[in-house]
Amino acid sequence: MKTLFDKIWDSHVVKQVEGGPSVLYIDRHFIHEVTSPVAFLGLEKRGLKVLRPAQTIATPDHNVPTINQNLSIKDELSRNQVEMLKKNCVNHGIVYHGLGTEGHGVVHIIGPEMGITQPGMTIVCGDSHTSTHGAFGAIAFGIGTSEVEMVFASQCIMQPKPKKMRITINGTLSKGVTAKDIALYIISKISTSGGTGHFIEYAGSAITSLTMEGRMTLCNLSIESGARGGMIAPDDTTINYVKGRQFAPKGADWDKAVAYWKTLKTDEGAVFDTELVFDAADIEPMITYGTNPGMGIGVSKSIPTSQSLTGTDKLTYEKALKYMGYNEGEQMIGKSIDYVFVGSCTNGRIEDFRAFADFVKGKKKADNVTAWIVPGSQAVEKQIRAEGLVEILEAAGFELRQPGCSACLAMNDDKIPEGKYSVSTSNRNFEGRQGPGARTLLASPLTAAAAAVTGKITDPREFL
Amino acid sequence: MLPNSSPLWGGWEGPLNIKKMAYDKFTKLTSPAVPLPIENVDTDQIIPARFLKAVERKGFGDNLFRDWRYDKSNQPIADFPLNQAKYSGKILVGGKNFGSGSSREHAAWAIYDYGFRCVVSSFFADIFQGNALNNGILPVVVSPEFLEKIFAAIEAANNAQFEVDLENQKFTICATGESTGFSINPYKKHCLANGLDDIDYLVSIKEEIKKFEASPNPLH
Ligand code: SF4
Repeated sequence: MKTLFDKIWDSHVVKQVEGGPSVLYIDRHFIHEVTSPVAFLGLEKRGLKVLRPAQTIATPDHNVPTINQNLSIKDELSRNQVEMLKKNCVNHGIVYHGLGTEGHGVVHIIGPEMGITQPGMTIVCGDSHTSTHGAFGAIAFGIGTSEVEMVFASQCIMQPKPKKMRITINGTLSKGVTAKDIALYIISKISTSGGTGHFIEYAGSAITSLTMEGRMTLCNLSIESGARGGMIAPDDTTINYVKGRQFAPKGADWDKAVAYWKTLKTDEGAVFDTELVFDAADIEPMITYGTNPGMGIGVSKSIPTSQSLTGTDKLTYEKALKYMGYNEGEQMIGKSIDYVFVGSCTNGRIEDFRAFADFVKGKKKADNVTAWIVPGSQAVEKQIRAEGLVEILEAAGFELRQPGCSACLAMNDDKIPEGKYSVSTSNRNFEGRQGPGARTLLASPLTAAAAAVTGKITDPREFL
Repeated sequence: MLPNSSPLWGGWEGPLNIKKMAYDKFTKLTSPAVPLPIENVDTDQIIPARFLKAVERKGFGDNLFRDWRYDKSNQPIADFPLNQAKYSGKILVGGKNFGSGSSREHAAWAIYDYGFRCVVSSFFADIFQGNALNNGILPVVVSPEFLEKIFAAIEAANNAQFEVDLENQKFTICATGESTGFSINPYKKHCLANGLDDIDYLVSIKEEIKKFEASPNPLH
């Protein structure tokens, strides 16, 4: 009796190092400009070539501007990094999806979009949110640059097998509650280290009723609980999503693939190291108030007190609230905000912009709010335009930018100024993540929309 | 150098032709330690994203904990431990869940480049732990109680010595003689003790990898 994770892992072990890690074969390797250059350098020092360029997919996303992408990148270091990626790809025969091209976008958005991400695969990338691809029933996880070099050199990495955790969410989500809220809810319950050492499988009716995009949002945030990744068994939703995409199997290969994908589920009675069960009805729209994704609460709640904490726990908690400029016991609702960021590999897909546009339709952006609306990819941008969402956004005072990671990590010019509050649909509210001194409040696109039109933290359900 | 038959590295039959030294060998370290009694120290703090624009692995130590170490006008923040002359050494002691967040290996490079060879905590984030090991930094996990003892020992005497003994997997507070064992994967221990990385090994089994690729598999 095997879990879904075991089935995929075991079928990819090339060799087991006794008393050591497994040599794990990697089906797909995504690379971007920030974590690959040193790996290419290392490879070249060893006189090696990328072993399987056809299984490697490259795009610059972390460090690119989100306006005027037709012009040369102004920041010299950023431009150099992007050019280096392109040069390395040419040297090693890797397909490169450059700025402004049809396939460009945040790595974790373009992979699924093009049908490169498929059930049963092992997928890695030098970016921790590689866990996104687990939504398809794949083992997908982030790796360091040394490991990027390993995959270049051998299409394998050496990994100890993680422990297995199953998180089951039963029941139906209430109105206004999204996949993002499920994820922030889970992390608020198990903390940012609750998943460490584990690979998560999500199950239960609240999970299987999610769309593929919702599943990607949920799996994306697995890493924020400390887990290496998260996955969901492929079902009809998955198969229908993959079908017909550019790199999806075709004809007889498709039938064969589907037959295989249908075997990818946890056997009845298979054992997990850790099992957690939650009730969907307990989840409300979430927002974070502190400096890690585990510091989240229902938007209608008050900031918890530190009474029960001692030692470094208490110090850490107080440091976080001080950074945020908040006090224990305060209500979140009504707090003024300055920025809204919609985008990132967490919530930068078409459904996210539909939800946001639908909410702001016929309303106006609050005057005190600066909003950055950043599609996750060229394809998402195209779809936003095709569906007429740009007009809705513009009428409400919002401007659409161009694809990239943008304010998710603020490596480009999209930095939230010091001390300002940003309601962001991204994934990390660490100190300075969105710019030195920036204060991030993580939330769903709906909660971000409610904040954008009211200028303060607002329960989106009031408008639904 | 461990002999081929050493029980420490189990049955691992890696090639003996690995010669590359990616980093200094780690055997035994006796040093004072720098305390960082903060939990959930994430890699965005260890090395902020704006310093990730380099295309070479150079000079990251200068920006280690940049925004905790320096204020906006680039002046050192006096009470941050790295800026306090009373603290020094090759061991960094952090609160639980050290290294969470981004997978950036630049965090490990910055720690190594600054001069640390060992990081101690009661809990490490997975990716950071792997990155540290791949860069010659030994992550030592101790119990929360022992971690408090280490912090207390540093407070009692800022230059208190600690001994990290990789071979015997033992961490000792020299002043009191109290020690604790720590675990490490035998394969990784071998790599660390010999300054090796995984890539040479993987390249050496290329034929096996190709055989795997050719084997019947619904995906290949
Ligand atoms: S959007 Fe953010 S989390 Fe996602 S890949 Fe880019 S930087 Fe990483």
